[in-house]
Amino acid sequence: MATLATHPDCVPLVSYRFGKGATNIDKYIELQGYESARKALELGPDAIIAEMKTSNLRGRGGAGFPTGLKWSFVPRQAPKPKYVLVNGDESEPGTCKDRLIFEYDPHAVIEGVIIAALAIQAKMGFIYLRGEYRYLIEIMEKAVADAYAKGFLGKKIFGSDFDLDVVVQTGAGAYEVGEESALMESLEGKRGIPRIRPPFPAVVGLYGGPTIINNAETIATVPHIFRIGAGEYAKLGTERNGGTRLFCLSGHLERPGVYELPMGYNLKKMIYEVGGGIPNGKKLKAVVPGGSSTPVLLPEEIDIGMDFDQVGKAGSMLGSGGVVVLDETACMVEFALRTMKFYQHESCGWCIPCREGTDWLKKSLTRLHAGGGADKDIDNIRYLAENMLGRTFCPLGDAAAMPTIAFVKKFRKEFEDHLEGRGCPYHRTAEPEPALV
Amino acid sequence: MSTHPAQPGTIFSPDLAARFDRLVTLYPVKRSALVPMLLYAQDEIGYVSDAVVAEAAARLGITELDVRNVVSYYSLLRTKPAGKYHVQVCTNISCMLRGGNEILEHCKKKLGIPNKGVTPDGVFSLEEVECIGACSWAPAAQVNYAFHENLTPESMDQVLADYRAKAQNGSQKGGGK
Ligand SMILES: Cc1cc2nc3c(=O)[nH]c(=O)nc-3n(C[C@H](O)[C@H](O)[C@H](O)COP(=O)(O)O)c2cc1C
Ligand code: SF4
Ligand code: FES
Repeated sequence: MATLATHPDCVPLVSYRFGKGATNIDKYIELQGYESARKALELGPDAIIAEMKTSNLRGRGGAGFPTGLKWSFVPRQAPKPKYVLVNGDESEPGTCKDRLIFEYDPHAVIEGVIIAALAIQAKMGFIYLRGEYRYLIEIMEKAVADAYAKGFLGKKIFGSDFDLDVVVQTGAGAYEVGEESALMESLEGKRGIPRIRPPFPAVVGLYGGPTIINNAETIATVPHIFRIGAGEYAKLGTERNGGTRLFCLSGHLERPGVYELPMGYNLKKMIYEVGGGIPNGKKLKAVVPGGSSTPVLLPEEIDIGMDFDQVGKAGSMLGSGGVVVLDETACMVEFALRTMKFYQHESCGWCIPCREGTDWLKKSLTRLHAGGGADKDIDNIRYLAENMLGRTFCPLGDAAAMPTIAFVKKFRKEFEDHLEGRGCPYHRTAEPEPALV
Repeated sequence: MSTHPAQPGTIFSPDLAARFDRLVTLYPVKRSALVPMLLYAQDEIGYVSDAVVAEAAARLGITELDVRNVVSYYSLLRTKPAGKYHVQVCTNISCMLRGGNEILEHCKKKLGIPNKGVTPDGVFSLEEVECIGACSWAPAAQVNYAFHENLTPESMDQVLADYRAKAQNGSQKGGGK
């Protein structure tokens, strides 16, 4: 069952209302709900953004961009209406946290939208959920209807002069639509092909108006910042990395689960203490620290704090918060192949380096894994991936290339072990794929 | 799949037609309703049929080609019927590490169909899918929209048996969920 997991080191901030019946609006209000929105209404745009900057909240969607700074880029005066867009496309393999927020605390998302809208003076917000999350669409739509009924959304919210409409939108299956500009295209009823930037969404976004796009966890965190105070929030984390984060532990662990831990929490401890370590006395082999697009770490590289800067320094990324743990029985070539199959499948096909690159990489990895690879294939894989980096129209190409380079670099021996008809030493059976032409 | 008689001028049930009437008023631009409209239509009709495409185009004032272009982009939208219960097994990384491929193989054997196949009686269809957001509860599958998590071959059997029973009860009572 998709519920929050706990450990004594957990700090329930974003998850503070999980399991307390907060989908019910009255219960939500009883648990300090909508107090932050009222506070924000009194503060006004400048003070809201100042608080957000103080909080050191950084985007939970993957890139870790400072949220207060992002909001401050929206021009005060704009010829077109402004929008707030919540990204709940959650499709990065290894990531399953936004789902819990929508399920257990939908009003926190709405309250976050209200505060963001007040900050940039937007009159409309959208909450976009991936199509697979149908049961959550229903929960969110009910929450929105309840908020309208209380006068927290609609005309003159909370009796103020401010109007705000919120619409819950469903996707229909597409990882690429999680990319912010493709997300706007999808919301405009089109294929999710990304847009060229600049202009950035903060200036020209949805329907051509200034738009802030934030991950669902980022937005759901906002009311909690105003609930406990931005300074207090910042102090929960590390330098430039405020607060807590929902970490999704998966793979070879005794106790996989979604845990809310302070930013900067030690990765090794996260695996061995929070996640209960590796089952069956097996040894740790590798950790993907932030979703499938982040470069893999070796066991000797995991004694680091899980914040954007420290994981960056270790040569990877904190990404979406999906920590995937692999024990010694995992085949790294198979893992690299499955990762590439995903990106090849999800590439929107718009630009050549990504469309062709992911396809070739998938084919090469398939052949290698099946034992049909030649020596030069290993270098070719790395060469191809390195040539995709920075040359694609949107970051999906990088997301495919970065982990691939790391797999080859850090597990070269294992790639070599597959060569010359030896096949997979882990005795995996791969589906036969058509031969390379 | 709908048991409601259609209203004149629409192929959808009165409820869904009313929902669409409202949906197009929510956005600054009507076309924004397209993706949800197609998915909700598919939920009722079973797939995005030519008639769905035509009505969506008409409701939004766009061409059928515009609609088809969008349909082909999104992986949940299909232009052919699936089984009454569409079994979607995730084999992406977190699930793979915990036996996702084995669950998929087990379903193929149990249902006697390949990936993307439909059983002859139309009750089940099977699809290997990418991450469905259940990584911490892997391996996982979705049957239509319901999540089934921490699966083993045995618990998967139970899941399939439950749906099979549901399909039989449903057909005795003449339809329904
Ligand atoms: C291919 C691709 C997929 C993405 N998928 C998601 C997603 O599912 N959810 C999300 O919040 N951000 C996703 N992002 C990041 C968004 O583009 C964007 O940076 C983010 O929503 C901004 O929110 P934040 O600042 O709160 O992190 C994705 C980016 C790329 C390149
Ligand atoms: S990098 Fe890939 S997903 Fe992004 S625009 Fe190019 S083809 Fe599309
Ligand atoms: S990898 Fe299977 S649900 Fe995420």
